[in-house]
Amino acid sequence: MTEKILRQKKQEQTPQARSRNFEEVSLGYAPERARLEAGRCLQCKNPLCVSGCPVNVKIPQFIRKIKEGDFCGAYAVIREDNYLPAVCGRVCPQETQCEGRCILGRKNEPVAVGDLERFAADWAAANAAAGKRQLASQRAARAQPAAKIAVVGSGPSGLTCAAELNTAGFDVTVFEALHEPGGVLVYGIPEFRLPKNIVRREIDALAAAGVKFELNAVIGKLFTVDELLSGKGFAALYIASGAGFPLFMDIPGEDLNGVYSANEYLTRINLMKACADADTPVLRGRRAAVVGGGNVALDAARSALRLGAEKVYLLYRRSRAEMPARCEEARHAEEEGVEFLFLHNPVKYLGDARGFVQKALVQKMELGAPDTSGRRRPLPVAGSEYELAVDAVIVAVGTQANPLIKDSAPDLETGRSGYIIIDENGKTSKNRVYAGGDITSGAATVILAMGAGKKAARAIGGIL
Amino acid sequence: MALIKFIQQLSPAVYRLTVAAPEIARKHRPGQFIMLRIDGNGERIPLTVADKNPEAGAIDLIVQTVGKTTYQLCRLKAGDNIKDIAGPLGRPTAIEKLGAVAVIGGGIGIAPLYPIAVGFQKAGNDVISILGARGRDLLILTEKFAAFSSELILTTDDGSAGAQGFVTNALQKLLDAGRDIKKVIAIGPLIMMKAVAELTRPRGIPTVVSLNSLMIDGTGMCGCCRTTIGGRVQFACVHGPEFDGHLVDFDALLRRANTYKDIEQKRLAKYLG
Ligand SMILES: Cc1cc2nc3c(=O)[nH]c(=O)nc-3n(C[C@H](O)[C@H](O)[C@H](O)COP(=O)(O)OP(=O)(O)OC[C@H]3O[C@@H](n4cnc5c(N)ncnc54)[C@H](O)[C@@H]3O)c2cc1C
Ligand code: SF4
Ligand code: FES
Repeated sequence: MTEKILRQKKQEQTPQARSRNFEEVSLGYAPERARLEAGRCLQCKNPLCVSGCPVNVKIPQFIRKIKEGDFCGAYAVIREDNYLPAVCGRVCPQETQCEGRCILGRKNEPVAVGDLERFAADWAAANAAAGKRQLASQRAARAQPAAKIAVVGSGPSGLTCAAELNTAGFDVTVFEALHEPGGVLVYGIPEFRLPKNIVRREIDALAAAGVKFELNAVIGKLFTVDELLSGKGFAALYIASGAGFPLFMDIPGEDLNGVYSANEYLTRINLMKACADADTPVLRGRRAAVVGGGNVALDAARSALRLGAEKVYLLYRRSRAEMPARCEEARHAEEEGVEFLFLHNPVKYLGDARGFVQKALVQKMELGAPDTSGRRRPLPVAGSEYELAVDAVIVAVGTQANPLIKDSAPDLETGRSGYIIIDENGKTSKNRVYAGGDITSGAATVILAMGAGKKAARAIGGIL
Repeated sequence: MALIKFIQQLSPAVYRLTVAAPEIARKHRPGQFIMLRIDGNGERIPLTVADKNPEAGAIDLIVQTVGKTTYQLCRLKAGDNIKDIAGPLGRPTAIEKLGAVAVIGGGIGIAPLYPIAVGFQKAGNDVISILGARGRDLLILTEKFAAFSSELILTTDDGSAGAQGFVTNALQKLLDAGRDIKKVIAIGPLIMMKAVAELTRPRGIPTVVSLNSLMIDGTGMCGCCRTTIGGRVQFACVHGPEFDGHLVDFDALLRRANTYKDIEQKRLAKYLG
């Protein structure tokens, strides 16, 4: 009977309205809708959704609580396994994780696990300040003095590790290079997809629970890893410095004015608030080309629209099927008017006399045999080049490991492209030094970074 | 937050700020810079550390008023706070004993040159200092350089102090006189550094320049400071700020430096009212 209820749509701003503002696109469920959607869940004995979740959130249990109207209880269930539900509900690639495995998805649409997760988290934050604060990692009573632990980087991985260790009774300090904690959640993912007050709320709760934050502290420069371990007296270190070192394509014209890395473009807009006319400038292109096919590329493309571009092209060298972005974001971007040019790759940028980008020379591609990633390799189509008039280009073709920490700790083993090598517990080649998240895996996802933080926290707790 | 302990006007457009930053003062090496943000609405700007006093836990920044942020900074008073300051960033200068080293500073570039020049002198080099500016008002730190330089040459474009002409005229004279200069370190406007590099290139004298690129984070995250060095993309904040002057594409940097010129001029006009 329950199957007859269709997957509940959450409210969204209309494409016309939202493509010109930075407010959140999705408005989420109202309580009645959430309960209807929760009612669709079959409460499977062997829930496939859980096996698809990298941190194995007890999905049917929390959904049942929503169905019963115990929203705070639902939140508490999620929090047992996931430290940042309000974030994950918004940014996880549910279609390849929980929802991708949901049994209902075989014949109908899967349960909207992500939207329900988001609902529970938002409801708890808005309506149960007391209940939520109770959950905010209270430090366990511990024999004094508690061992000091340093976490390097305040992205989702560092925050999760800090929360776990704080709850376990350790004295945790998070060192963050930037002036604002949150990592990609604050400098990369735009407001319209993840409002910054949500990240702020979680960080405030963590600080209130006793975690110390040292901002503007670039580890490797201000203090080396060894200085933290010896002079500064930290018993262990968790490095979660992310993969934020942008790659370029090494094609002519990439140094023209108006050509940005996605990190630069998004940082100007988000962290430095160029979207709100703060002092940091950004060129407001009228015709922007974004290169790439992931979440980062879509965030950049949609930001360009919101800054007033009349035309935004997304140049992706493979086809739609290979796009690594979240489905929902691709749909949103298309609805908003981003023009997807699949099987297209820039080969050169041309500028005007003052050095501002004016045109992109693009080449068409076709798909050949599968490459090492299992995806079909894009191959250039000879003679297919043509010029596209653009006045802003945003390159979102990936990132690599930042060398700052490694340069100051030569005995920290790194592998391919500089990523830190860890064992199954997150331990590096250096004693008492752990690492996780994008700095070990390469650019991945929020939930995997969080999972790594949790695992390392347990391992660190185990050795101390 | 970093407290401004002292602020002094050195010339009509140049100020020295002494800022409390104990850890940075302890860690800083010649050639490194910091990033600062005045307030929550501000931009992050790179500034090279001109001097430091680890005992007092302070660093000196020398700032020329050019845009809104630098005007705002120079209008602060002792006792005010700067919201964010991060560093020391970038790779320190490679200081070694070579013999005679020429250090060349142009305008505000004289400030970051100072700790580097002192470093070379302490390492046992003969330091020939060539300092130049548009006019005498902008010629800063000359007494400090006089104290350790084996030779100090001053130039101004308008002849109001030292010899009339450019720093490159002075360097040319030294080279023509057959002086055995092992290394040149040049910090100043891009045009000046380019001219110095062109002068030393045919003679094969190793020449180091320090790039004052546009930056946002200063940690390698954004790529705003990228520049092509000998055909490879390098980030000034991580791989620099010092590079081999003979490999730098100055023309590309000159173009890039103008990216936000229009926006910045408008913003400054609005700020100054
Ligand atoms: C634009 C964009 C959109 C994305 N969208 C999604 C999405 O929709 N869904 C999803 O699951 N994932 C998404 N991702 C990926 C996801 O954000 C990352 O996988 C995740 O944030 C990695 O977490 P982390 O904690 O390892 O590192 P980060 O979030 O990168 O945080 C690292 C932190 O460490 C700091 N740091 C670096 N070096 C130092 C140092 N030397 N000293 C001190 N601090 C340092 C950095 O400043 C940063 O704050 C997106 C990424 C980007 C850039
Ligand atoms: S697989 Fe789908 S129906 Fe089954 S428990 Fe999970 S969410 Fe509910
Ligand atoms: S300033 Fe961002 S990478 Fe150098």
